[in-house]
Amino acid sequence: MLKGLHARRPAQLLIGLLLGVAFGFLLQRGGATRYDVIIGQLMLEDFTVVKIMLSAVVVGTLGVHLMKSLGLAELHPKPGSVGTSLIGGLIFGAGFATLGYCPGTIAGAVGQGSMDALLGGVVGILIGSGVLAAVYPRLARGIMTVGDFKDVTLPGVFKVNEWVVVLPAVLLIVSLLWWLESAGL
Amino acid sequence: MDMWTMPRWSPYLVGAGIGVLSWLAFLLSNKPIGCSTAFARTSGMIERVFRGSAVEQKEYYRKFPIEIDWQWMLVVGVVLGAFLSAALSGSLRLEWVPARFESAFGHAPLLRWIIAIIGGFLMGFGSRWAGGCTSGHGISGALQMAVSSWVAAISFFIGGIVVAMLIFRVIAG
Repeated sequence: MLKGLHARRPAQLLIGLLLGVAFGFLLQRGGATRYDVIIGQLMLEDFTVVKIMLSAVVVGTLGVHLMKSLGLAELHPKPGSVGTSLIGGLIFGAGFATLGYCPGTIAGAVGQGSMDALLGGVVGILIGSGVLAAVYPRLARGIMTVGDFKDVTLPGVFKVNEWVVVLPAVLLIVSLLWWLESAGL
Repeated sequence: MDMWTMPRWSPYLVGAGIGVLSWLAFLLSNKPIGCSTAFARTSGMIERVFRGSAVEQKEYYRKFPIEIDWQWMLVVGVVLGAFLSAALSGSLRLEWVPARFESAFGHAPLLRWIIAIIGGFLMGFGSRWAGGCTSGHGISGALQMAVSSWVAAISFFIGGIVVAMLIFRVIAG
């Protein structure tokens, strides 16, 4: 692992910025920063967003797990529970459909000139995040503890080597993308 | 046609490119790509302007300190990168009401603005409740095969599909 580089804060801020520029370029060029494309996905008419996400997962999971096997990277799976991932996820989904952007694509939408993103969506996200921070102590001791599954990964659940999960998952996702294309979606 | 000025790239090329960016994020920064925490930190910065440094003592901001970090710079980069892409392909334009919204609800920037604020509120509240967004859970968490992220990502789409159908089939229908 590049521990020396990881500890250099100014270099890290620059790397973050440069990765963000590439990420924003790709999201915009893929059409994912457009309200119409995101709503088209949620209406199950245009599968651009799912195609982008799943091909990123396929390429990402192969490389990241290879680097992990070579000792060049470590994983950082997030903790979760039924109370956080499922309930928070459904609230997020309601926002996804109402806003028509997500936190990454809205930043890209601002860059391409979408004023509803800049003046409406970003303001709403900042207020919503602030309100969640205010009620967080109560949620964290209540509903968020329901059905805790911590930071476990699928290989951890089945207690197997990660490649036993990664390779079949990649095959499954590639088949799903193949099926989407052959169905004309 | 020149690749850099093409209006759209294949979603598979774009997805593969984002996959490679995730390698670089793990290798160079030991971090998964994500976006929603940066909005939470920014919200804390704004609250601190009005209420002072006591805000930093809130339980949430002790967990996610109010600071400009790697991910905050990443989100700034996304704005710049999308600007660059849109400018090169000639799709940079000020847009107040997206076409699909207009065809369902008419051309009223005020209505779209109000709906975007409501949607943004749910998005900010829900992403921080779930501990991540379409990038942090949907791509970075999913590629790590994290259980929390697969549950969250599937919930994003179930909630999103149900509410989108409600908005465009029932309310606008």
